[in-house]
Amino acid sequence: MPNQLHPDSDTGVGSPMEPSVRNEKKLDRQRWFRKLYGQRHLQIMALLGIAWMIVFNYIPMYGIIIAFKEFNIVKSIGEAPWVGLEHFKEFFSDDDFTTVMRNTLGISLLKLFIGFPLPIIFALFLNEIRSVRYKRTIQTISYLPHFLSWVILGGILMTWLADIGIINNILLALHVIDEPITYLAEPKYFWGIIITSDIWKELGWSAIIYLAAISSISPEMYEASTIDGAGRFQKMWYITLPSIKSTISILFILAVSGVLNSNFDQILVLRNTLNESASNVIDIFVYHTGIQNGRYSYAQAVSLFKSVIAIILLLIANKVTKKLNDTSLF
Amino acid sequence: MFKRRTRGEALFDIFNNFGMLIVCFLTIYPIWYVLVNAFNDGQDAMRGGIYWWPRMFSFENFSAVFQSSGIMTAMGITVAKTVVGVFIHVLFTAMVAYAFSRKGLIGGKFYILLGTITMFFGGGIIPFYLLIKDLNMLDSFLVYIIPFMFSFFDLIIFMTFFREIPDGLEEAAKIDGANDWSIFLRVVLPVSMPVIATIALFHGVFQWNDYFTGVLYINNADLQPIQTYLYKVVAQSSSNQMMAQVPGGVSKTVTSQSIKMATMVVTTAPIVFVYPFLQRYFVKGMMIGSIKG
Repeated sequence: MPNQLHPDSDTGVGSPMEPSVRNEKKLDRQRWFRKLYGQRHLQIMALLGIAWMIVFNYIPMYGIIIAFKEFNIVKSIGEAPWVGLEHFKEFFSDDDFTTVMRNTLGISLLKLFIGFPLPIIFALFLNEIRSVRYKRTIQTISYLPHFLSWVILGGILMTWLADIGIINNILLALHVIDEPITYLAEPKYFWGIIITSDIWKELGWSAIIYLAAISSISPEMYEASTIDGAGRFQKMWYITLPSIKSTISILFILAVSGVLNSNFDQILVLRNTLNESASNVIDIFVYHTGIQNGRYSYAQAVSLFKSVIAIILLLIANKVTKKLNDTSLF
Repeated sequence: MFKRRTRGEALFDIFNNFGMLIVCFLTIYPIWYVLVNAFNDGQDAMRGGIYWWPRMFSFENFSAVFQSSGIMTAMGITVAKTVVGVFIHVLFTAMVAYAFSRKGLIGGKFYILLGTITMFFGGGIIPFYLLIKDLNMLDSFLVYIIPFMFSFFDLIIFMTFFREIPDGLEEAAKIDGANDWSIFLRVVLPVSMPVIATIALFHGVFQWNDYFTGVLYINNADLQPIQTYLYKVVAQSSSNQMMAQVPGGVSKTVTSQSIKMATMVVTTAPIVFVYPFLQRYFVKGMMIGSIKG
């Protein structure tokens, strides 16, 4: 682009310029300024956006360097002394390191292997509903929970899972258990609660993209397969699923890169001191050590460690899906 | 569809319809449960067993909610931050998107590159907190608005839409002597209502449901939104504080549990009510977003 705007920059260096060339150069610059002046209003609009991004995106990016410093709230970031990889070393030898990593990866992998395929299956079966009206009603109902906040859902869950809650009542009545369990006070139930409630909230919403992809499949494919005698499951397996393969791939890449992004909003509501050994994930750890205990530099090192892993995962997932079926994010 | 169905197909349909019915039930029931308990007498609800319909129908819980000054202040903050936040977010993001979407904008490619980077890298919560602190936005209403007035992801959705607007519309306005500001405000925005509705809905839901901003940056109880208020009640089980704020005149049948249920209903009701009307917009918005993303 700049070369088109300043063609003069290509003229041979050192050779004396012809007067006509110099004139042309002057003319080009004039034209460029005139163009800039003509779009001055547009430039103001654009630069307001750029200014916002510099303040709220790029200044925090500069703040990443406190991970390598000993930052103190009374001094500025620039004044803080460098400490190198001190905070990273401390994190890797921290007692919480194994717990935090195990919880983060455990919850995320469960979400990936259970939470990721379920919306696809839901979309496939919803697509087989014959009545358009019924289909639409189911869809509308299924994505309602997406619009409720985790605070509300957390409130519902706590009521249900309390020792006099509905879950205990049902299980006691069925004689599955003999004594009520306080589920949220026991670490061993925590992952299950997180996964189930996440699926409950997002199943229908996540299925929207797949349903849209399915609706763009040509009906002729299905007609042809009917003539060939294919049943419903065969159509699902041999036509629908392969047709939405690229959509699945893209969403899979995104899901993999977000593996360390445990759902902060969700876990912050449901965690408590009793289930901490199962609920302390990277994001919660960063929030506690950084914001609540004021160890900004240490927390930032942990947070940076997470971002680096996330980017590596994104690149790997991108490469793998590209090799496997020629779809990729970039 | 006059095809004859085989027995296997019919069986499949029955199971599939039945399965979907179960999914719908599981989705709706927890919400229904809260609703019937909120409309039930508080003391009576302590005995449990209210699953399908209120046993002792009562409005007491709701009148307690509406008389609690703490809840009402928090509600006011939520409404204010949602209305102001959506208005500014939509206007500002659309404005930048309009400039970015013009062909021949000097530096346009560089601007878009700057934005794209922000979608993949970020500083994280700690530097952001320090920034907000340095900007003196702790314990200020502005913290709900300014850090959220722009989103590059939404900008892409706007840009996709603006590029489809026929050039003729703008040229006609230009001949009439309009500048870029009035073209944006009087020509582009009025024809972009579908995409504005989509973004407004998404951001509105975010603003309405966001509790963490209030937890992180706000200490002043008079400035916290209802979701933050509820978070403190739910996660830190300070529901006694909820009762404390209810004036003495309210009958003794209200319990901290029943008032919590009623607050949850009041908090969620606006979303559930607008939801069916705005549905077509967000499905469309998801599509634009997913094609680009």
